Amino acid sequence: MATDSREKRRFNFSGLLIRLREDSKVQGLALISPTLVYLIIFMIIPMILVVVISVLKRGTYGDIEYQFSIENYKRLIDPLYLKILTYSMWVAGLTTLITILIGYPLAYYIARVNPRQRSLLLFLILVPFWTNFIIRIYAWIMILRTEGLLNNFLISLGVIDLPLDLLYTPLAVQIGMVYEFLPFMVLPLYTSLEKIENAQLEAAADLGARPWRAFLRVTFPLSVPGIVAGSILVFIPAMGMFVVPDLMGGAKTMLVGNLIRNQFLTARDWPFGAAASMLLLLLTLAVTLIYTRKAGFGEDLLV
Amino acid sequence: MSEKKPSLFLRIYALFAYAYIYMPIVLLMIFSFNTQKLNIRWEGFTFHWYKELFQDQDVLLAVRNTLVIAIISTLAATIIGTLAALALQRYRFPGYTISESLLYIPVIIPEVVMGISLLAFFALIGVRLGLSTITLSHIAFNIPFVALVVRARLHGFDKSIEEAAMDLGANELTTFWRVTLPTILPGVMAGAMLAFTLSLDDYVITYFTAGPGSTTLPLRVFSMVRFAVTPEVNALSTLWVLTVFIILAIGQMLQHKNRNTTTKKERIK
Repeated sequence: MATDSREKRRFNFSGLLIRLREDSKVQGLALISPTLVYLIIFMIIPMILVVVISVLKRGTYGDIEYQFSIENYKRLIDPLYLKILTYSMWVAGLTTLITILIGYPLAYYIARVNPRQRSLLLFLILVPFWTNFIIRIYAWIMILRTEGLLNNFLISLGVIDLPLDLLYTPLAVQIGMVYEFLPFMVLPLYTSLEKIENAQLEAAADLGARPWRAFLRVTFPLSVPGIVAGSILVFIPAMGMFVVPDLMGGAKTMLVGNLIRNQFLTARDWPFGAAASMLLLLLTLAVTLIYTRKAGFGEDLLV
Repeated sequence: MSEKKPSLFLRIYALFAYAYIYMPIVLLMIFSFNTQKLNIRWEGFTFHWYKELFQDQDVLLAVRNTLVIAIISTLAATIIGTLAALALQRYRFPGYTISESLLYIPVIIPEVVMGISLLAFFALIGVRLGLSTITLSHIAFNIPFVALVVRARLHGFDKSIEEAAMDLGANELTTFWRVTLPTILPGVMAGAMLAFTLSLDDYVITYFTAGPGSTTLPLRVFSMVRFAVTPEVNALSTLWVLTVFIILAIGQMLQHKNRNTTTKKERIK
């Protein structure tokens, strides 16, 4: 009887190995399991934790009291915080729009030059893209601050007498955001514009369309996936951005990212910060869904 | 796209656009040689700040930390992510859709949210914040990016070479090691490079998961920009930009060589 069960166990183990070799479902699961385990531990559980914390209360000394309460969400409806939220959406939306306006002609140009120039031009876009963004923001701080390069330049030219107050204003934040996100918009735009086949444009010309018309009715609609992909790559990080307002904005320019960061690190009100994060998350999910429902995800543009 | 040369307007526009993109960086680099400490007016040329940089223990430590974290997280994320890409691209299994969606989450989540969730997580399980928590967090956001890139490159993969190998007697492991892996290697390398750069540059998630003693280069640059603005920051930034420039240039030249050799082979045929 004992040998019977031992034999059974041995059979089951080699049975598993056999299934691994033959059954493609098991193979697939085996390959994806490290990812699943890792992401469940380090992504799903932390997110669930945030949801849980958002409905708890803040203790007197900044710790968490395990009492259920939706107080935090009620606090968020306060006009003060709603203003921060809408301001963040405004800044992110404006950044997206401006980067599209600036980036589209640039991407269009790159897509139309000859291949040799093209790789050089792309390379020149990639260098700032891969440069750490704090460095790029610092460059603008150097330019915009009161004793900065721009003011010195204008004063030496005699255009102004007193230095302009440019840094630590909403304008500075906007400039920083646009500068930071421009490459993120240009690259997907370029990819989708480059994919437009010559044949389609020639067909339009053959059918009698003037260049402007061909652009509006052929090129532009075909480049929409690029616009969508670029918008997602700009809008969502811009919504959660707190570094640019932190370095270039003043006391008046607080975005959602700053709010969340403050709650977690300075004010030590984790439940409130968690609730604000949930709100931010829901907003970005909503925007992503709206965008992708209209024009797909555009992951083919990443290649 | 069209063979027609772009109009003059577009060319001038592009020139201005590139000037706008590069002017701040160039100014930054120029002023790294300024003798004046406050860096308000140009006073003279010096390498002094570069010397300071190489003696700055905080910066050197930060560089070391950043590289270690980047290398470890890239290795782990590349392995796990490539396996995931293979799984998603070639197999069907229960939980396929969930796994796929799981991989998209870090891509569409704002970094702040991911950062605080990890902070809360580590606090909950009582792990002290430090280099290890940073590394674990970097692996988490790198896996989906590697998987995304490798998946995209797997699209045109021709399974018949694998079948040929197995017909010739190789078992699954040998086939994978000597046929599959070499073929997908360019894609895997691309994914690894992306993960490496993302880890190197990361500020937000690192900010939330770093402990008091563990600083990385982005964190250090931030505090230097915030608090100690001397041309030393310019020097550090200049070196960083130059490093990116050189690495990208090498990558570009390698790609070019690849393209040239393949076309030559086709011509011989």
